[in-house]
Amino acid sequence: MKTYVGIDLGSTTTKAILIDEDRAVIGRGITNSRSNYSTAARVASEEARIDARFTLFRRALNAGGGKSGELDEFLGALERSFRLLQFLEQLGDLEETCRGQVKGERFAKVEDAVREAIVEIFKRLREEAPSLYAPGAKRKSDFFRDIAGSRYHAQAEDVARAAAIPYELLLNVYDKSIIEVENRPPSGGLSDKFRQALARVLAADSAVKTGSTDVPKTIEKTLDIDLEETYLVGTGYGRVTLPFSKEHIRSEILCHGLGAHMMYPNTRTVLDIGGQDTKGIQIDANGIVENFQMNDRCAAGCGRYLGYIADEMNMGLHELGPLAMKSNRPARINSTCTVFAGAELRDRLSLGEKREDILAGLHRSIILRAISIISRSGGVTSEFTFTGGVAKNEAAVRELKKVIKENYGDVTINIDPESIYTGALGAAEFARRAHLEQPEGRAA
Amino acid sequence: MATSLNGSKTSDIVARAQALFDDLSFTSARQWKAADPSRKVVGYLPIYVPREIIHAAGFLPLGIVGGGDQLEVIHGDAYYQSYICRIPRSTIELGVSGRIDFVDGMLFPSICDVIRNLSGMWKMMFPNVYVRYFDVPQNYRDDIGGSYYVNELAELMHDLGKLRGKPITDDELRNSIAIYNENRRLVRELYEFRAERPWQAPAAEAYLVLRAGLVLQVEEHSAMIRDYLAAVRNEERPRRDNCRVVLTGVFCEQPPLNLIKSIELAGCYVVDDDLLLVTRWLTADVPTEGKPLENLARTFLHQSESTAAKYEPDLKEKGQHLVRAVRRSRAEGVIFACPSFCDPALLERPMLQHVLKDAEIPYIAFKYAENSGQMQPIREQAGTFADSIKLWSGA
Amino acid sequence: MTIIVTPKAGPAKDIEKDASMVKQKEMMAAHYDRLTNVPQTGEKVCATFVPGNLNELIMCFDLVNNLPEVNAIQSGLRRQSGAYVLEAEKIGHSEDVCTYVKSDIGMMAKGNIGPNGKKMPDPDVLLLSYTGCFTFMKWFELLREQYKCETIMLHTPYMGDGKITKNMTDYMVKQLKEEVIPKLERVSGVKFDIDRLRENLKKSARAEDDLVRVLQSAKHKPSPIDAYFGGIYYIGPIFGAFRGTDDAIDYYSFLRAEVEERIAAGKGPVTPDGDMGKEKYRLVVEGPPNYTNFRQFWKMFYDEGAVVVASTYSKVGGVYDLGFRHDPDKPLETLAEYCLGVYTNRSLPMRIDMIANYLNEYEADGLLINSIKSCNSFSAGQLLIMREVEKRTGKPAAFIESDLVDPRYFSAANIKNRLESYFQMIEQKRAGGRAAA
Repeated sequence: MKTYVGIDLGSTTTKAILIDEDRAVIGRGITNSRSNYSTAARVASEEARIDARFTLFRRALNAGGGKSGELDEFLGALERSFRLLQFLEQLGDLEETCRGQVKGERFAKVEDAVREAIVEIFKRLREEAPSLYAPGAKRKSDFFRDIAGSRYHAQAEDVARAAAIPYELLLNVYDKSIIEVENRPPSGGLSDKFRQALARVLAADSAVKTGSTDVPKTIEKTLDIDLEETYLVGTGYGRVTLPFSKEHIRSEILCHGLGAHMMYPNTRTVLDIGGQDTKGIQIDANGIVENFQMNDRCAAGCGRYLGYIADEMNMGLHELGPLAMKSNRPARINSTCTVFAGAELRDRLSLGEKREDILAGLHRSIILRAISIISRSGGVTSEFTFTGGVAKNEAAVRELKKVIKENYGDVTINIDPESIYTGALGAAEFARRAHLEQPEGRAA
Repeated sequence: MATSLNGSKTSDIVARAQALFDDLSFTSARQWKAADPSRKVVGYLPIYVPREIIHAAGFLPLGIVGGGDQLEVIHGDAYYQSYICRIPRSTIELGVSGRIDFVDGMLFPSICDVIRNLSGMWKMMFPNVYVRYFDVPQNYRDDIGGSYYVNELAELMHDLGKLRGKPITDDELRNSIAIYNENRRLVRELYEFRAERPWQAPAAEAYLVLRAGLVLQVEEHSAMIRDYLAAVRNEERPRRDNCRVVLTGVFCEQPPLNLIKSIELAGCYVVDDDLLLVTRWLTADVPTEGKPLENLARTFLHQSESTAAKYEPDLKEKGQHLVRAVRRSRAEGVIFACPSFCDPALLERPMLQHVLKDAEIPYIAFKYAENSGQMQPIREQAGTFADSIKLWSGA
Repeated sequence: MTIIVTPKAGPAKDIEKDASMVKQKEMMAAHYDRLTNVPQTGEKVCATFVPGNLNELIMCFDLVNNLPEVNAIQSGLRRQSGAYVLEAEKIGHSEDVCTYVKSDIGMMAKGNIGPNGKKMPDPDVLLLSYTGCFTFMKWFELLREQYKCETIMLHTPYMGDGKITKNMTDYMVKQLKEEVIPKLERVSGVKFDIDRLRENLKKSARAEDDLVRVLQSAKHKPSPIDAYFGGIYYIGPIFGAFRGTDDAIDYYSFLRAEVEERIAAGKGPVTPDGDMGKEKYRLVVEGPPNYTNFRQFWKMFYDEGAVVVASTYSKVGGVYDLGFRHDPDKPLETLAEYCLGVYTNRSLPMRIDMIANYLNEYEADGLLINSIKSCNSFSAGQLLIMREVEKRTGKPAAFIESDLVDPRYFSAANIKNRLESYFQMIEQKRAGGRAAA
């Protein structure tokens, strides 16, 4: 089948979306934007293809009359099993790389001890891996770097102590290896991995309930469907080195506008508050960008501002919103400057103002800056869509709704929990259109 | 007893001034205008316009000096980049939010490129308002800058006469000049009194009383100053062991009231400043005999304040006004408070500092915006400054 | 999968220059040598500004014209301005203020070495032609403090109401007669000769004619010139120390012939990488350029096929395309009118009219504003200009930010992001327009 891929290379994460010929989203993938953007793009798009397989499985099993509750359970088990396999494969790569690092002057005298320690660490990691992917297990992140890293650190400390070798040596080996492993495109055929995963699931619970369908046969048939990468469009924050050839690149603002249009066809104004920048975009009835404005050199209206504040208050970024929601009397924060905001914050805390009131005020001040960018781009005339990381912050959303109402009256405000994919979605649609315009357009 | 001749208490006068200060919708000016359909209001920005001409037309000159720290600016920000000062944004916010929709004319004095360009923006954004960029000469010869200025004043007088529907006469202008002479005398008296006994007239109070002059009719304002002076003269207020400073750089975008208070709380009595210069730009009485426009021009050229927006033709004179202000008010130091991104104030500052250094006058410097919220660093700096001055004078 | 590629960096190429650029380079080099040779030749130096530059008058007193703004540009192009700005901040100047001033002051503090590697001379007179920029006044007061030399204020009133009144020209002519000329006579020891001034003015007008032809050649499709990046070179001699000289006449007639050849050959502008490819976007640009990353900045345009067909920056030293010429028959009035008419001395509504007209006359696709942190005279109000021009012309506008000579304010990724979005937006709108038609 034909698929169209959109990839959005962000400053911290890379997102990919796969759509089919009917513009339906069949796969989403996300990974950390490592130092190597080509790899990040490849990994994200492979993740999206994996996700797409699951969509196809679901479609096929559904068509075969599977009940949705049982289906969810089965597909959940299959995904956990698949992820575990994937994790173990990368773990193997990491172990080999780590062992290769143990050489040279630093390791003189301890070379063997360190090798042994590494073997021990990875043995433990492999042993505990299934528990990481057990039903109901919570993972802070799904990125290999994050999971493997935190577990390696924990085990290495233990092993180093037992073996009486310096912990730093083991860390050093890991740090050098992870970058290499991360930047190595994943190897191995996906179909085989799916088959193995299925076998594991069936072995664990041969009585998998999926209605009358022959599960292995349906999965096998679905794996035979070729997910042809018919056209790909990449976008990202004005990097000089987006890893795509020129005709496959679209501006992130255009992608963002089109993506928002696809999610909400009636939207005319889009506000995106990300970590690095804030964008106000006006689009027409076809999702074509009419005007856009972005924050200037000043970071006051961006997610980054909240990061500073979180640091200043010694809190986690995700704790800010909930605390701010407790306020009934938001303080008036005047400093639009990120640097000054810290000083103002300390000043107010020392005067005995409540943390939640100050935080609520800070959220309001971010939103005020963002709305002034919207005002600069032409204001809010009709349906409004809010996207980006800050759209997940409930206190920011509350203030946004207030400020919009104060300034533009009653307007429909859309916020999608998957809004992080907005740019990639637009890119995928651009890919579909580009293919339609030039059907021979695979050459690149 | 803290009462004036007519019995008003200091606290009442200050409360009235504070209420005028807090009122971002300019209710008193609205009420004044609403009382008589022939009345008009002409707004002006810092630093100086000849209010006598507006008054002579029977209009109310209304000083617009930004939105302070209580105005939320959204649409104003949409017009300005982050590296531009705050006063034009909040002024636009006042405009677009309808807070000054009763104003019939706006004068934008020659002070800097930002306010200059704002005059053109105002023309575009508020086409029904009489808008004039008010240029003043940077040449101080009567036959050159003077004659240019007389013609500019005549144009303004002509325009405002047209706005009224009846030309302004020289006699009307002479009368207004006399009324403003009186107001300026009272302002000078207030400044002299504060320099003499700063604990009796705290800087924030004096500022509020002065600031009321931007929104009140001049006659009413003169009465307010008179009352205030009488009240504080009759009152014994606690005297603190503060040092005495001149505050400079605050001639356009206004510092938050809290900043002025913080300086005094930190141990510095403000004994002179360049706040709201329009109220005392002309340092001597304008003659009421003879040709009024020429009198206004001559006083402007030869007897007016000095500030960063004004060219100083004589290198030897550069910055001497500040040294004189220090000597006159017996100040022990100078505090430079300049608005962020203010090219005139910030480019002038090093030159003034060199002059102070030569005159062995200590100084400190910081920046603010009209909506600055953090006073802690300012209190710390001003406090340290006060302490060090005491140490020096004690040594 | 071949779509995801790893780009390779090509080897840096030398800038290709056309013949007029070579000539200009020689003129500039000769001028800087003349300046730095002053200790030997005994010539006297007059420092002044580009807007309101009275070169014809300055030459009447055998003074050598030195323009601190041009020096700051040179420092920017040679990537020295960053260090100069920091130096000025170290000696007490605020981070907030104009970086032209700080580049100049930092350059003096670091030995005042000119582009030719030799020490620049101290000025004998500062001609404070106070035109279209308030910062000029502070700038020359700062220089006066340093050099303690004669300083002459020539105050140009602002065209706040969109017109030049008799009062304005009378005021300026009086200043010229009573202040500027007597003081220049005193400093130089040369008696003023009005016929010499007339002669210089006559030469100015000839070069101005050719300059206007060159600028207006951009109405052709494809445009044979880039009126912003290329335009900066074209305005160099006439905005600097050459207006009113035979050199300028030669340069502009030479340039005009070159441009006419390009039109005949159907060629687009010359860029540092050679002839520009297909003209895809025609833009009007408002605001000064960035000099610290000038070539990188320009490349973002020509790589995408974007050519600037009209710019306002090429009018800061005089607006000639609306008809003004220096007029030898009224020598002092013409100098006054010249100063009054420069771009930054025009009111905002006038600027909006000018830009909207450019968009229509040059058949441009849109307006791009490069907002400069240092220059409030340009920048304050640009967002309204953008809004108004969009409204009047129906053509899209975009807004980017940088600085003249402070490299801290040039973010390549940020600017590229916006430019590419803008170009694609124009493209998409065109496609939308075609689909609708």
